[in-house]
Amino acid sequence: MSLLEVDAVTKRYGPETLALDSVTFSVQPGEFVAIIGPSGAGKSTLLRCINRLIDITAGDIRFAGVSVPTLRGSALRRHRIQIGMIFQHYNLVNRLSVLENVLHGRLGYKNTLQGILGLYSEEEKREAVRILETLGLSEQMYKRCDQLSGGQKQRVGIARALVQQPKMLLCDEPIASLDPSSAKVIMDTLQEINRSTGITVLVNLHQVDVALHYAKRIIGMNRGRIVYDGAPHNLSSDQIYHIYGSEAGELILDLKERYAA
Amino acid sequence: MQPNAFLRRRRLQSIFFLAVIAAITYGSMVLTQFDLVQGLGVIPRAFVWAITNFVPDERAWSRLPRILEKLQETVLVAVASSTIASIFGLGLALLGANTTRPHPWFSLPARAIASIFRNIDVSVWALILLFSFGQSGFTGFFALSFVTFGFITRVMIETIDEVGIEPVEALRATGASYAAIISQSVIPACLPQLISWVLYMIETNIRSATLVGILTGTGIGFLFDLYFKSFSYGSASLVVLATVVAVLLIEAVSNYIRRTIL
Repeated sequence: MSLLEVDAVTKRYGPETLALDSVTFSVQPGEFVAIIGPSGAGKSTLLRCINRLIDITAGDIRFAGVSVPTLRGSALRRHRIQIGMIFQHYNLVNRLSVLENVLHGRLGYKNTLQGILGLYSEEEKREAVRILETLGLSEQMYKRCDQLSGGQKQRVGIARALVQQPKMLLCDEPIASLDPSSAKVIMDTLQEINRSTGITVLVNLHQVDVALHYAKRIIGMNRGRIVYDGAPHNLSSDQIYHIYGSEAGELILDLKERYAA
Repeated sequence: MQPNAFLRRRRLQSIFFLAVIAAITYGSMVLTQFDLVQGLGVIPRAFVWAITNFVPDERAWSRLPRILEKLQETVLVAVASSTIASIFGLGLALLGANTTRPHPWFSLPARAIASIFRNIDVSVWALILLFSFGQSGFTGFFALSFVTFGFITRVMIETIDEVGIEPVEALRATGASYAAIISQSVIPACLPQLISWVLYMIETNIRSATLVGILTGTGIGFLFDLYFKSFSYGSASLVVLATVVAVLLIEAVSNYIRRTIL
């Protein structure tokens, strides 16, 4: 059975803007899928519809067999617990320590009082520390997040998503604000998580070459529509042109060089 | 347009505005029969009079314990009104800020309430509240609280929106409840700003409380009024000196706190 089924999802902002135009695809457990496309193609909106940070206008989304668009209250919170999210700008509380930010990933499991007071169990703290160690952040554990580099911040973001014990990770441009070497560390980390734990990864990317290198499957989007869905090696220059439209010129040149080499 | 013509028009505009301002000023002076030369000439004499009459005398110093007692009362009312009003202000700010409001409809009413409470001056609030509470400590307390409430709501709405939606979005994505998001992400991110503004309001309110006390007949303001009207200028002067020292002291303390938390 598919883990995620997106069925003819449409999202409209006002009468004019169509962010998603009947998008349909499904994701199997353990897949590593990259969504590529130009800015404004609807990639971010699509991810946010999956964990309901944004409400969809029409269509249906089923996650682990549960229909998402109608969820409310605690059922919606239970849905979100199962999906970790990683952001382009890391979205950490900069004034708090690394450890506190990672433990935020457990807030979904808390009742109101525990959540307000930030009461975490011994088990949860141990797990947070363990994840920080595997991500190479044990030295930074008690530092404030505004003292970290971009790559370290993103690893904190990943740690926060992992303590949720999610079935799937949604990564919204996780490397768009990082230098190439930090970006590689982050992508390698995501790949390693996908391989070793079987957590499904759905990642929005700007960089076609990165997507081709890491993903088992590429979804290409343009103007709110899926225009490509398949394996990376089937993706031709023409199709990249189709995804990126007029922005594609330089991209295609890059790829030709790569394939020629 | 020619550059010369443009610059000439600019100069004409400036001259026109200066002329208008001068005319308004002169008109007001004529209407109120205010003589500028005489007004400025009085200043040295006023200083001499103040220095000779406002030196605290023997009797003033004997009243110091009573003055300090009233000063303490005034400072405590200022602190209490600032802190309590700030709690309510923070609550309304959370409802009004774009990133934390439960529904877009909350924003405008929250901002309107803040605006009303803030823009009515503390002395006007004191006069309004005199009808309900009479000349008591409550009048001053509520007058100070109302203005603080409006002010804190306004600045915290801005602070919360400045901190940004990002951490809030991240915590929503983890499945955290609204209350947990506020207490674990919004409050920690805004806390230094909040403390800084509350300290600022305490400083401001100590000054305002002195004036409000004259109206409501309480605290240090009442004492000043009493001494001044009974021609005990030396004692009134000691009240002013004590207030100034208290204000400077509190400002030094709050600056120290600010430096350590920011």
